[in-house]
Amino acid sequence: MSNIGFLVILRRDLLLAIRYRGDLANPLIFFFIVIALIPLGLTPESKELSEVASGMLWIMALLASLLSLDGLFKDDFNDGTLEQIIILPQPLYFMILAKIIVHWTVTGLPLSLLAPILGMMLSLPESGYLPLTLSLLIGTATLSLLGSIGAAFTLPLNREGLLLPLIVMPFYMPVLIFGSSVVELAIGGFSIMSPLAVMGSFLALSLLISPYVTACALRLGVQG
Amino acid sequence: MSDTANFLNSSSFSKTLILEDLSFQRNENFLFSNINMSLDSGEILQILGHNGSGKTTLLRLIVSALNLELGKILWQGKNIKNIRESYLENVLFLGHKPGLKGLLSAEENLIWWRSLNKTNSITNSAAFKYVGLNNNKDEPCYYLSAGQLRRAALARLYVSDAKLWVLDEPFASIDKQFSIELKALLISHLDNGGMVVLSTHQNLEIKNMKYISLPHPDKVC
Repeated sequence: MSNIGFLVILRRDLLLAIRYRGDLANPLIFFFIVIALIPLGLTPESKELSEVASGMLWIMALLASLLSLDGLFKDDFNDGTLEQIIILPQPLYFMILAKIIVHWTVTGLPLSLLAPILGMMLSLPESGYLPLTLSLLIGTATLSLLGSIGAAFTLPLNREGLLLPLIVMPFYMPVLIFGSSVVELAIGGFSIMSPLAVMGSFLALSLLISPYVTACALRLGVQG
Repeated sequence: MSDTANFLNSSSFSKTLILEDLSFQRNENFLFSNINMSLDSGEILQILGHNGSGKTTLLRLIVSALNLELGKILWQGKNIKNIRESYLENVLFLGHKPGLKGLLSAEENLIWWRSLNKTNSITNSAAFKYVGLNNNKDEPCYYLSAGQLRRAALARLYVSDAKLWVLDEPFASIDKQFSIELKALLISHLDNGGMVVLSTHQNLEIKNMKYISLPHPDKVC
C-alpha cells in the first residue's frame, strides 16, 4: 500500500516533465553554455584547461542542479496540488522521494551523461571520463535530495532569491570536494574507490533523511 | 478546562467530528480562539466570517494540512494527530486553489488523485458528465476557465468515498445552474450519512445546518 503513492506521483511527475520539455532543458543548456565559455574566458591552452577541467565541470554541474531546484515544489504549491498531496492518506515520505527522483532523472542524470562530452571541450584526460560520469551520477542524486530540503523551506517565502543557495550550499560543499577529487585521482592514476565510497555514504544518508525533513518542512510551508 | 473535557466526553461521545478549544495564532495575534463544535453523520457545518477572519485556516486545520498547536480535533473519539492516515482516508478537501495540474487534462488530474484516495464505483467520464465537462475533459487544464476549473475540481466529489467533505468556497466562480446541482449533491451526501464542512458566503438553507461565526479580523487580539 505504501508504494502506491510513490508510483502514482512518480508517473505523474514524469508525465509533467515530458509535457514541459522547456523547463527540462534549462539546466542542461546552462551547463553547456558555461562550459563552452570557459576556454574563451580562461585559456584555449589544452594543458592549462585540463588542470581545471574536473573542478569546473563539477562546479557547473552543481550550479545547474541548484538552478533547477527552485521549481521542485513551486508549481505544485501554486496550483494547490501540493496541499492535496500533503493530505493524502499516504506516507508523504515516499511521495516526496518520487518527486526528487523525477527531478534527478530530468536534471542530474542527463547532466552526468553529457559531462564527458563537455569534458572533451575542456581537454579532460580520457581516463577521467568514466569517473566523472560515475561521481556525477552519485553526486547529483545527493544534490537533488539535499536541495529538496532547501526548496521546501524557502517555498512559502515566494521571493527566496539567494536564500535557497545560502541554505543548501554548505551541504553541497562536501559533495563537490569528494566529487571533483574522484576525477582528479582517476586522472592521476590512483584508486577512486575511497572517495566514491564516501560519496555513496552521503547518498545513502541523504536518501534516508532528506525526504523526511522535506516532508516536515512542506507541512509547515503550506501554512503560507 | 477539565469541565469542558468531561462535558464533551459524556454528552458527545458518539459525535464523529469534535473540535475542542481550537485556537490559531498568527504573528502573536489570535486569528480565532476557543472554537468548540461537534458534527455528526448527516450534519453540515458552515463557517462564516469576514474576509481574512480565518475561514480557510480553520478548514486547513480540520484536514490537518496545518499543524494544530492549540486545541484538539477528535475523529470518532480519537485525536486526529494520532490516527492521521486512517482519518485522512475519510476526508476530502477542496481548497480555494483547485489543485489541478495545468499541463494535465481534467481526466488525468482526476486519475492520479483517484488512485490515491478511497473512491466509489462512479466512472471518471460519468463524473465529468455530472459536472458538465464531458467535452473538455481531455484538454489541458490551462485551457479551462475559472468556473470550469472549479467544476473539474468538484468532479472529485462525485467519485469520492470520503465521509467528511471539507470545502473551501465551493460555490466560487460557478454558475447558478451548477450551484443548484452542487447543493443537491451536498444534500444527497448528507442523506447518505456524510458530513460537510464548508465556507461560503451564500445562504444555503439546508436542514441540520450548524454554524461557526468567526470574529472580525480587526477586533481580535
